[in-house]
Amino acid sequence: MRISVFKVALALGLSLVAGPNFLGAEGHAQTVDDAIKGSWTRSAPDWQARLVQDETQKVCSQYRNAPPKQVADAIIARERATIQYPPDGKLMGDWKKGARLAQSGYGGRFTDYPPRQENGGNCYACHQLDKKELSFGTLGPSLQEYGKNRRYAEAEIKAVYDRIYNPQAEIPCGNMPRMGANKFLTIEQIKDLVAYVMSPESPVNN
Amino acid sequence: MRPLLCTIAVAIVFALASPAVLRAQDDATERELEKYRQMLKGDPWSNPGLLDVDRGEGLWKERRGPKNVSLEQCDLGKGPGKVEGAFAELPRYFKDADRVMDVEARLVWCIEKLQGFDRAAIIKRPYSKANQAGTELEALATFVAHKSNGLKFAPRLEHTKERKALALGETLFFRRQGPMDFSCSTCHADSGKRIRLQSLPFLGKPEEARKVIGEWPAYRVSQGTVMTFQHRIADCYWQMRLPLIDYGSDVTVALTMFLVNQAKGGEITAPQIKR
Repeated sequence: MRISVFKVALALGLSLVAGPNFLGAEGHAQTVDDAIKGSWTRSAPDWQARLVQDETQKVCSQYRNAPPKQVADAIIARERATIQYPPDGKLMGDWKKGARLAQSGYGGRFTDYPPRQENGGNCYACHQLDKKELSFGTLGPSLQEYGKNRRYAEAEIKAVYDRIYNPQAEIPCGNMPRMGANKFLTIEQIKDLVAYVMSPESPVNN
Repeated sequence: MRPLLCTIAVAIVFALASPAVLRAQDDATERELEKYRQMLKGDPWSNPGLLDVDRGEGLWKERRGPKNVSLEQCDLGKGPGKVEGAFAELPRYFKDADRVMDVEARLVWCIEKLQGFDRAAIIKRPYSKANQAGTELEALATFVAHKSNGLKFAPRLEHTKERKALALGETLFFRRQGPMDFSCSTCHADSGKRIRLQSLPFLGKPEEARKVIGEWPAYRVSQGTVMTFQHRIADCYWQMRLPLIDYGSDVTVALTMFLVNQAKGGEITAPQIKR
């Protein structure tokens, strides 16, 4: 009897410090949904839709970006299927346009509407690219001389296109946004960014 | 103090104007800011954020609103009118409202219930724009936070709803959403990272959270005004390409609860000077 009371107390205590679990997973999920519905009450329906997670966002949140293998494989398969290619098969655009897109963080914020310019890729927020640009972030790896280091190989060009279009097709639950799959950048813009990273003339490789 | 402030402002403008010297300038800005922070320890009165503390105190004591009463009977958790130390224990559960509130949500409650102001009007424009005087809510929040200066965050987790808010905040911190797939943890889950040249605190790590959470509300040199924690979180969600979050919402309060718990034992230094 004593032991069972102790066990119950222990279980209770543990469940209280265990965070989300103390309500049970379902109860907690409901709490989160309710809190979100009740915290963005003044936005238009199309904006509120941004708060609804797709399956990949849901599982990446659940596993805190460290999904078990089975879940990771499912993400890769699902995200790979989203990648669309240009009809003519040319994956490299204009690196000069790509340079401007890499600098621009414009787009998608509620202060960016109605749009005054095209969405940017905001690459420099997280990556080092052109060595002359000293204002670069470090959330992502340095991409300086990325193309040069890979001898501008055809397969690498496709890999960069895929990586920008949907990085989760390669790295499930990675931090980088799915710029193409989420329709934040167009196919043309992605081609320009591929050229910025992979063209021998681009300052990224010089 | 003035010349130093100017140096910081010039360094910031310079940094915006000329990418080639950005990094060196940014380091210089950080150094000047640190010098300024050190100087404030010796001469606390040179902190421009104190103007908002003063104004907040005036607003706290002034009879206002349809009921023509002051906020001096407002219960911030330690009993009506007791401001000292209240901020260090916020957010907390309030029985009268039957919800967990942070300092800003509680101030709105008191302004509405005690003074009789219309809630919608109070929260219509809670944040000041650059180079404007702080809003009334900003001044009041800065005043209340300052009255816990030197104390350490000591969040209570006695009420079920306080524990629920903590669990909710933790989940929200890792919740990915929106067209960029961002969560708070996208930027704040590792040490020594930057966006462009802006350093990012690793808020999942108590040592780093303790250094920064107690700085808010903060006086931002680049904006020339104070910024509250509600505003800080709303700005993060704006960058995450999400809609404008409601002032004093359950989401912002829960995130604050999570972050204050991460920063437990960290010293409150509000209003601190920030870029």
